[in-house]
Amino acid sequence: MALARPTAILLSKELQTEFRTRELLTTTIVFVLMVLVLFSFTFDPTSIESRRFAPGLLWLTLLFAGSLMLHPSFTREQTNDTLAALRLAPIDPTAILAAKILANCCFLLVAEALLLPIFAALYNLHVLPVLGQFSVVLLLGTLALATIGTVFSAISSQARMRELLLPLLLLPVLTPALIASTEATAGLFDEQPYLSLQWVGLLAAFDAIFLTVTWLFGEYLLEE
Amino acid sequence: MSVASQPNSSSRGVTVEFQDIEKRYGVRYALRGVSLRIDAGECVALVGANGSGKTTLLRIAALLVRPTKGTVTFRAGSSAAPLAHLPGQQRIGMVAHNILLYDDLSAEENLELFAKLYGLDRPKERAAAALQPAGLINRRRDPVRDFSRGMRQRLAIARALLPAPGLLLFDEPATGLDPAGQHWLGDTLGQLHDTGCTILMSTHGASEAHSIVTRAVRLAAGNLAEDSAPSGDPQRILTAALAAEQGS
Repeated sequence: MALARPTAILLSKELQTEFRTRELLTTTIVFVLMVLVLFSFTFDPTSIESRRFAPGLLWLTLLFAGSLMLHPSFTREQTNDTLAALRLAPIDPTAILAAKILANCCFLLVAEALLLPIFAALYNLHVLPVLGQFSVVLLLGTLALATIGTVFSAISSQARMRELLLPLLLLPVLTPALIASTEATAGLFDEQPYLSLQWVGLLAAFDAIFLTVTWLFGEYLLEE
Repeated sequence: MSVASQPNSSSRGVTVEFQDIEKRYGVRYALRGVSLRIDAGECVALVGANGSGKTTLLRIAALLVRPTKGTVTFRAGSSAAPLAHLPGQQRIGMVAHNILLYDDLSAEENLELFAKLYGLDRPKERAAAALQPAGLINRRRDPVRDFSRGMRQRLAIARALLPAPGLLLFDEPATGLDPAGQHWLGDTLGQLHDTGCTILMSTHGASEAHSIVTRAVRLAAGNLAEDSAPSGDPQRILTAALAAEQGS
């Protein structure tokens, strides 16, 4: 309860701010759309080719879009030093990180939900028969991206060269999650679709480990 | 750092004790061995040239910055024993260089957000009650980004006062305020001082807030250079600091 209440209050603030400005959602959706359209024109893929490289393309695009979206997560708080105001409040500092992770996860999932039909149409993929299983993979992969991205956004926001630092930190750490998400997605778009429990299990374990680490050490990430 | 929790029933003020505080940023010292005790209910003006360490000391008192060396101890009222932990910093109010408010939210939404985070009941009414004396009630639904510098500062002060703090940390609170705003600030600080609230503020130039100052401390290059406590005349240090500013 000590964590849930401030997290809910701060999540509501994050959503309120974003749906008022629409800065993060708009840029992310436009970026992902451009990349997907450009690649579809470049390769003009057949159904067989799509099954081979579309999962990797989708997750790489989401990774780059994520690093674009997650960067302002904490730099926004620097404009008026609002992070200091949040740290002055009698709340568990982990609530600040938890609210940001949840908000970023929501924004990425909204962007994915809007772009999924376009992705399926451009790459000639049959998403509907595996929609439920694909949603699980998307949710776990997006949670990994949001968790690591938010944590590194907090770290990099206090550094010089912060724009370069976030992707440099994000890409190596997210590699296992990226591979697991791509492999799990590839299985779903196979000729005989299947959900690879091995890769989904790895994704779930990755999420659990990094959420726990964030919960344990999150307080130190927010210090000046 | 050890910090206190509940206020003394006789006073809402907090006693703050800095012991041998040192803060380094790389090889540069912001503070060097500052030891200072501020008793509950005191109103202390922190003066000194730019870069003398005033803001760093305030941020250490707000627990926003961890000192490289030394400790900060908080006590409830004039109680002798430092309490083991502070359940959050609900008794510290701060006005910093930045306004600590969200530009995209309205004045009312900002104060409501912080009232909720401080666990205050009826946050909407609390927000309205804080906006009224700050003269912003008619602009409560406007986004903060549309506010003038003075209005932003008034709102920042209203936010700091929202949780009825026992310790107020003000970093040049009169910045951007017009004469009416400065008068309001002086009145507000006077009322808070009467309730026993401990006030530590860094100041530049002449301010109406100086009239309630009970003690002045001057920092120079991160060192504690002068302290009017306990029985000295704070106005002498304030006047000298003002003269130094005007001369530079």
